[in-house]
Amino acid sequence: MNRNPTKFWRRWPDPIPHPKAEGVFPPTQAMLSEPVDPATAEAQAARLRKVWKLPTGAHYWTAVNNDQVGKWYTMTAFGFMLMAGLLALAIRVQLAVPDNDVLSADRFNQFFTMHGSAMMFLFAVPLFEAFSILLLPGLLGARDMPFPRLSAYGYWSFLIGGCFVLGSILFDVAPSSGWFMYPPLATEGEGIGPDIWLLGLSFIEVASIAAAVELIVGTIKCRPPGMRINLMPLYAWYVLVVGVMILFAFPPLIAGDFLFELQRSLDWPFFDPERGGDPLLWQHLFWIFGHPEVYIIFLPSIAIASMVVPTAARQPMVGYSWVVLSAVGTGFLSFGLWVHHMFTTGLPQLSLGFFSAASEAVVIPTGVQLFAFVATLMVGRVTMSLPILWIAGAFAVFTVGGLTGVMVALAPFDWQVHDTYFIVAHLHYTLFGGMVFPIIGGVYYFYPFFTKKMLSQRLGRWSFWTTFIGFNVAFMPMHIAGLMGMPRRIFTYPEASGWGLVNLISTFGAFIVAAGILIFAWDLIRPKSRQPLTERNPWRAGTLEWSHSVPDESWGVRSIPYITSRYPLWDQPDIVERMDSGRYYLADAREGLRETIITSAVDAIPQSVARVTGPAVCTLVAAFFTGGAFILPVFHLYWAAGVSGALAVAAVIWWLWTSTAQVPETPMKDVGLGLRLPTYVSGPDAPGWWAIFITMTGDATAFASLVFAMFYYWTANPDFPPQDAIHTNLFWIAAGAIFFILSWAATFGARLLNRRTLVKYARALLVAGPIAALCGAACLALAFWVSGMDPATHAYPALVAAIIVWTLAHVVLGGIMQLYCLAGSLKGKLTPQYDADLWNTTLFWHFLLATCIIAALVVGPLPRLL
Amino acid sequence: MLAPAGRDAAVLSDLFWVMLTGAVVLWLLMNGLMLYVTRINPEKMSRRRAEVLILGGGVIFPAVTLAALLVFSLSEMPQQRAIGEGLIVKVTGEKWWWRVEYWPDPDGSPIVSANEIRLPTGQRSEIELGANEVIHSFWIPVLGGKTDMIPGRKTRMSLEPTEVGNFRGQCTEFCGLSHALMAFGVVVESPEDFKAWLEREATDAVAPTDAQSRRGKEIFDGSGCGACHAVRGTDATGKVGPDLTHLGSRTTLAAGTLPMTVSALEDWLRDPERLKPGAKMPAYDHLSPADLTSLAVYLRGLE
Repeated sequence: MNRNPTKFWRRWPDPIPHPKAEGVFPPTQAMLSEPVDPATAEAQAARLRKVWKLPTGAHYWTAVNNDQVGKWYTMTAFGFMLMAGLLALAIRVQLAVPDNDVLSADRFNQFFTMHGSAMMFLFAVPLFEAFSILLLPGLLGARDMPFPRLSAYGYWSFLIGGCFVLGSILFDVAPSSGWFMYPPLATEGEGIGPDIWLLGLSFIEVASIAAAVELIVGTIKCRPPGMRINLMPLYAWYVLVVGVMILFAFPPLIAGDFLFELQRSLDWPFFDPERGGDPLLWQHLFWIFGHPEVYIIFLPSIAIASMVVPTAARQPMVGYSWVVLSAVGTGFLSFGLWVHHMFTTGLPQLSLGFFSAASEAVVIPTGVQLFAFVATLMVGRVTMSLPILWIAGAFAVFTVGGLTGVMVALAPFDWQVHDTYFIVAHLHYTLFGGMVFPIIGGVYYFYPFFTKKMLSQRLGRWSFWTTFIGFNVAFMPMHIAGLMGMPRRIFTYPEASGWGLVNLISTFGAFIVAAGILIFAWDLIRPKSRQPLTERNPWRAGTLEWSHSVPDESWGVRSIPYITSRYPLWDQPDIVERMDSGRYYLADAREGLRETIITSAVDAIPQSVARVTGPAVCTLVAAFFTGGAFILPVFHLYWAAGVSGALAVAAVIWWLWTSTAQVPETPMKDVGLGLRLPTYVSGPDAPGWWAIFITMTGDATAFASLVFAMFYYWTANPDFPPQDAIHTNLFWIAAGAIFFILSWAATFGARLLNRRTLVKYARALLVAGPIAALCGAACLALAFWVSGMDPATHAYPALVAAIIVWTLAHVVLGGIMQLYCLAGSLKGKLTPQYDADLWNTTLFWHFLLATCIIAALVVGPLPRLL
Repeated sequence: MLAPAGRDAAVLSDLFWVMLTGAVVLWLLMNGLMLYVTRINPEKMSRRRAEVLILGGGVIFPAVTLAALLVFSLSEMPQQRAIGEGLIVKVTGEKWWWRVEYWPDPDGSPIVSANEIRLPTGQRSEIELGANEVIHSFWIPVLGGKTDMIPGRKTRMSLEPTEVGNFRGQCTEFCGLSHALMAFGVVVESPEDFKAWLEREATDAVAPTDAQSRRGKEIFDGSGCGACHAVRGTDATGKVGPDLTHLGSRTTLAAGTLPMTVSALEDWLRDPERLKPGAKMPAYDHLSPADLTSLAVYLRGLE
């Protein structure tokens, strides 16, 4: 590259074109029916087996394969559920009779707080993600998830965080302010309980979002060639909907946690009415998360039912597109319902009316989904099996919860039953019917797919009837207790209340449920080594996961098929034989790399071959130190937490550097059936770019929640910002904004120049970028510092400081990413042709610039205008 | 709430029975259908009928029913939150008891009480709600819905009792350690009885008449009780704890936790922590049993 630097603008070269797929697609029938030479097939299988081999011995725990990580994840979530269930039993024992003293008030409060928190954060949401990690590649005929190491990182974070949060109960320091953590009770709470909740669960929420990002990318980019979006199994649709919901629902809670923890550790008064704060702000942020959360838990079970029901009916799902529309509709509506958790807080009647109506409206998409199942069973010829028994039980239980839901969505009726046992009954009917029963049905259905063994028919029936009867004995009387006036979350009640009998019956029922769940748990873990393997497709299902071979191979599918139907195993003759013989795509692993096919988001046209990551210890290390960064502040070990955080960043860099966006040995490779695909793509064709895009959408949602807080204070408090408030220094704000624009321009420019082979200039910009970012960060900090604002005095300076802290943390991350690209360029990992890291960094900076500019406006000129 | 003694609770109770009937019928229909298609007649049926089912059962029927329910219940909302017709009762949630003020005349001065709500029948009374420290929620199930009490905010509701009687109210927002022990007595009276009671409640405390009560008052004054509690007409003017001027006339002790008896008062004075974990009331277990009894007798006598 001998270019004259003074004249480069005259010789502005064209960018290196992005490689595109070449060859035949779609494949012809003739190509598909051509036999494969058995010797070749055998050699290919041997190579694939070697590449996808699980690590052995102690290294087993470095595995990242979706089937292993998914298995650990599922079993861990199930274990947490059993522990949370034990807490429920203790609660029921205490409430069995009036004036009981088995548990002290404090212990009871810890137990019900942890029961709710663990069931929500350690069981219901993670279980969906775990199940989906286990299942999704099978459903999509993919080899693995797009980012196996991210799954592993998410799992280890979940395990560490979950043990920390749940373990606190053994030391009698567990959170005791309820799973909803309302301030001022929780902000004033003594001890470390609230900090354990805030930091421990934020950590898990981050892991949940990581898994959601992976599931979304997996669904839109890792489908098999030909599986257009309207051919996706319904389960994948639900993964997409629920993943997106997690992405928008969790960030407001994370933003809330952030403010909450700042109040607890630095006394910044976000929720303190004495100093301009507002306890209701937390309730809004919490329920903007909390209500979608209900549907995040419920929709996956519909997803499972949508796989089980068509199989039981031997009939494609009736009303596929209605179900998809309803799922999307439910997802949308669920974000407009949160105020129905706040009907009694004295909000204006107009908003109560609006949210009442919205809450009732969600019945319609839910009803469509339920009736679609009944309709499918009607049209088909139903062969009764254990999974459908659990689904039918779920239907019976869920409809009770749905019908009481119609009642409580009416604001005036809710004024009566809100925070009583009527609600306890209602929510357990929806969650057992909408989660526990279908999930267990799903386990009975998918168990042969996961393990190639069958669960016991006899134990399954016993478990079902015990759980079903026990559940109704436990929870039906709670409706009555609530109507008799029994509030929630009370550790005791007087005999004169007359609530004794219904509570005794509930306690009795709770133990029957426990017995039913134990039978299921035993069936799940009992040794099955002497039991014969199942046949390949024991339920005669039509979807791709049942094409997996018996005994299992860790490669997932032998070759990635070409799909033309929603139920390929029913509609595409010979598909399994062709997959097995390696007739389809990626039948080989000639380069000794783990690979899967990336297709376009809507039409599933093959775009590239993704080299997915293999076993690694760096993810474990990263999870461990990330855990340290979240957990150590609970004990006020801020320096140690900082060090741990830095080590976590280092471990993530190590992981990314050694495994992502590696320069391939060849730019294109033959994937079979006359198709050649690029082995390296950058920009919107690359799954990594999508992952950044999706993550940053979630991140922007959290930031938007902080901005929302500013407007919320303004609308809720007539004197906000206070008349005599000090504002930030506008000069430094403006200077900071200019530096951020420069840093963004440097990043964007570096990407453009690099792709045009002007590597030296690109590097220069990548040096200038972090410097500008650092200057911008310094200006923003100065703008606050020179003004003399004190965050501890009032919610206004506190929120300004929080927005600045949030922005600065992101700017630091942006600077690290710029330096990472610079290092990549210097070390030859990032070249003009192979520039995915630079694309991703630029994308990050697009979001970051928006954050910076909005932050500058919101902490600078805006409060002066309010 | 199913044995209503107030207008709002009665409307909601009727609404509940109607909705319950509808819910039972719908549940039987849906699950009967499920049973029919899976067990009784698992054979294939027409696709058209199935699509009609999705549309009819999932869209048309719920849209019509829910619209009707919404129209009825939302139009009920302004009525149940209507402004009161005279009497204003201000209730402030404390940890874990209720500060109560009656304002028969909004521009006059309040009559201070605690841990019991008295309301007259035949009129809608305005309830103004506030809280110190943490969020509570004010609920009298037999009279009507609840409203939260939020620090830094004023919330309001109104109640229209129709039946005379003694009832129970309770805090329904989790408010910490002794949330379960934050209840209160509710007495609904005829307007005449209520007026008479209110006049009595406005008076100063009765002076002790017998020796034991006098001894009790000495202990009360000597133990510093007046630093937290007020007994109008005496030197005790504390505002931290409940007003005790007419303590003995209330139906319950310690915010609905104990009966209003001398022995319950003794237990309470001796060890409040055991009866109400986290309560700010200190224990007076250093007093001799005889002194405790005297103190309890004095307090019980504050009718």
